[in-house]
Amino acid sequence: MDRIDMDRLKSGEVNLGTSIMAVQFDHGVVIGADSRTTTGSYIANRVTDKLTHVHDRIYCCRSGSAADTQAIADIVHYSLQLYTQEFGAAPPVSSAAAIFQKLCYENKDALSAGIIVAGWDKEVGPSVYNIPVGGGSFRQPWAIGGSGSTYVYGYCDATYQEGWGRGEAVQFVKNTLALAMGRDGSSGGVIRMCVITEDGVERLFVPGDQLPKFWEGHEVLPAAVTGANVIDPVPMAVE
Amino acid sequence: MECGVRCPRRRRVRPFCTQTAMYRGPGFDFSNSLRNDFLQHKGVALPKATSTGTTIVGCIFKDGIILGADTRATEGEIVADKNCEKIHYIAESIRCCGAGTAADTEFVTAAISSNIELHALSTGRKPRVVAAMTMLKQYLFQYQGHVGAALVLGGVDSTGAHLFTVHPHGSTDKLPYVTMGSGSLAAMAVFENGWKPNMEVGRQPLSPALPSWYSNDNVRPAVQREEALKLVCDAVAAGIFNDLGSGSNIDACVITATHTEMLRNFVKPNERVAKELKYGFRHGTTAIKSEHIRSLVVSEEITPIRGEAMDVS
Repeated sequence: MDRIDMDRLKSGEVNLGTSIMAVQFDHGVVIGADSRTTTGSYIANRVTDKLTHVHDRIYCCRSGSAADTQAIADIVHYSLQLYTQEFGAAPPVSSAAAIFQKLCYENKDALSAGIIVAGWDKEVGPSVYNIPVGGGSFRQPWAIGGSGSTYVYGYCDATYQEGWGRGEAVQFVKNTLALAMGRDGSSGGVIRMCVITEDGVERLFVPGDQLPKFWEGHEVLPAAVTGANVIDPVPMAVE
Repeated sequence: MECGVRCPRRRRVRPFCTQTAMYRGPGFDFSNSLRNDFLQHKGVALPKATSTGTTIVGCIFKDGIILGADTRATEGEIVADKNCEKIHYIAESIRCCGAGTAADTEFVTAAISSNIELHALSTGRKPRVVAAMTMLKQYLFQYQGHVGAALVLGGVDSTGAHLFTVHPHGSTDKLPYVTMGSGSLAAMAVFENGWKPNMEVGRQPLSPALPSWYSNDNVRPAVQREEALKLVCDAVAAGIFNDLGSGSNIDACVITATHTEMLRNFVKPNERVAKELKYGFRHGTTAIKSEHIRSLVVSEEITPIRGEAMDVS
């Protein structure tokens, strides 16, 4: 058999060609995502919510196969509910990340899921875990993911600074996602964000026509060419 | 290493023989799917399943949900059924439109309908749309897309009106208006153009002749229902007329908190009309040169060999 196509996405599968992000700040985390879900070249959902609740103060950003990531998030949501019943307290973000990682690593052959877990717990405060496709788990001060993330690594490296407050973190997420959505054809729509702190979860929404604007180019042809030395077009002579 | 040549009496049974002799339980069997993928890749045509190359839609309006579907079922380029039903029963106030492999949509909705009924009986409550949605997505995820059912699930429960799409791999979306199937693009174009939140038709009463005490709130529900129903029919009609996989009639289903109304063949935009001309030949078109009539009746004489006639006295 010269080729059995084990594409990471099965044909016709719904894909979250995505830009997702999470940033830690002094007493919380900001998570954000675009809103595009595609099947091939068709946008199956232009207002998707990829910021998925798994516990009171723990959310995840989903990228990859919509079916796989929804199934994983549902299982983790169930596990964390069970944890709360057993221990009578909210689970730490590290435990949520560990469950995500276990599922992603042990079923790596069948899954295409890149997940960022973020939240607040009373043990360590705010934390962000990145769980990329193979099923690794990495705690990071900020994480980006999805197909759009490749375009904005440089921007994030150049921009991020430690010791930010809520306002700077929200602006950082908003700008990064707008840049990613502008360059990645599989990302787009609106920006959804969540700010998770000890006090609660606040949802933020940026409509598609109010995204932050950056340099968008101008007419390439210089004025000289379109100016006086252009001969006025004359209709072709027809007999 | 095999010892088959040197000691033929101890030859082992070949592994694939043991496999055929093995007991196979009921249900799906995927043991050939890798082989079939390989053969298909090499150019062997595999048999086609009856699919509902379809336009199915759903839309939220003020009082509930309206589902819509065309009625064409296809086998490749053949129309297998010109008037099939694609809006399936899940519960009294939950219905589900199916696109994709006809057998799968039929079976998966029947199976979940059955489980929802048992669930309602055991909880003693009216079933919720999310319950049906979760059952469907977990079932479809389990079969990793091999159960080819693409669904539009809608209904009203104690928490309100809900509308979902369920894709064959088990992913779900919750939206105010949805389309699926091969005609989904045509239908979505109609929704994107015509859908409004709560299906508001404006603040004016329908007719200026209406009395002043007749407030907008009294007028709107009926209007919203009619406007939403028209939009759903326009969306399905766009699929019927612009997509080869969709055709025939429009089925609709209006679900509200108090009542579910199944509008089978609500619009019939493709009725066959009487032929304008007759194409039969006139008598005497062909000259008769000779006539010969033969009797084709075979006469038989039956002689009973033994026994006597039954006593019928």
